[in-house]
Amino acid sequence: MKATVITFPGSNCDRDLAVAFEKAGASVTRVWHKDDALPQGTDIVGVPGGFSFGDYLRCGAIAAQSPIARALADHAARGGYVIGICNGFQVLTEMRLLPGVLMRNAGLKFICKPVTLTVETTDSAFTNAATKGQSLTVPVAHHDGNYTIDAEGLARLKAEDRIAFRYVANPNGSMEDIAGVLSENRRVLGMMPHPERALDGTSGGTDGSVIFRSILGAMAAA
Amino acid sequence: MKARVHVMLKDGVLDPQGEAVRHALATLGFAGVEAVRQGKVIELDLTATDRASAETEVKAMCEKLLANTVIEKYTVEIA
Repeated sequence: MKATVITFPGSNCDRDLAVAFEKAGASVTRVWHKDDALPQGTDIVGVPGGFSFGDYLRCGAIAAQSPIARALADHAARGGYVIGICNGFQVLTEMRLLPGVLMRNAGLKFICKPVTLTVETTDSAFTNAATKGQSLTVPVAHHDGNYTIDAEGLARLKAEDRIAFRYVANPNGSMEDIAGVLSENRRVLGMMPHPERALDGTSGGTDGSVIFRSILGAMAAA
Repeated sequence: MKARVHVMLKDGVLDPQGEAVRHALATLGFAGVEAVRQGKVIELDLTATDRASAETEVKAMCEKLLANTVIEKYTVEIA
């Protein structure tokens, strides 16, 4: 499996995401936002957490217009896999690769703590090694994670089984407790919690590993 | 030529920041503030000299970058 991790100015989870892919058995290439192409043969692109471009204008809005974002859009259009975590999720919504937006947390505070998620669907490359309804404890660290979508879009997500994760106790006001969503072709996942920070038993538990194991399994089967 | 863009949350989209400002105003003793909506003003200095084409251009900028039209609306003033 060939994974590519993007770094924007202000990304701070790019290294952790690269390590997570490596731990899962991927060969990882890291690219810079000014690069205009992904490495040949990239199976999955990781869009990491952080504060790309200082969260100027809107979280993820400037990153969504960067040269590498065009290459990322082409990759997604070809049916390539993409995982966007935290700021990465915000970038993917700004690119319109995923529906909805991440608004300021309802309580207006930056939230940094472990939360419990429920796996809502196992019908994706990111969750197929999990069981439906499985609980995962994974950290969140965000100021803008309040997932918002219009009624029609929400109905579609539900009808098409595209809600990947929900919070057990909603930390940020997110609609329907949504913590992660899938694209129409189920190959693009955006999620606010950080599975790459829950891979080591000595810091934050290992519940995030099921997502990377799923990805590896899906790529090996492809 | 200058353009001024106002970006506001669409009606019906909950504005937690505006709500916090409303509470703070009430705490300060300003009674009678029923609602607060917070937005952005973006000023642009343009080389364009034609008003209509400047407006078209700035609207395209709003659609592509300056506003997220999923939740935000915008108005453009050319001066």
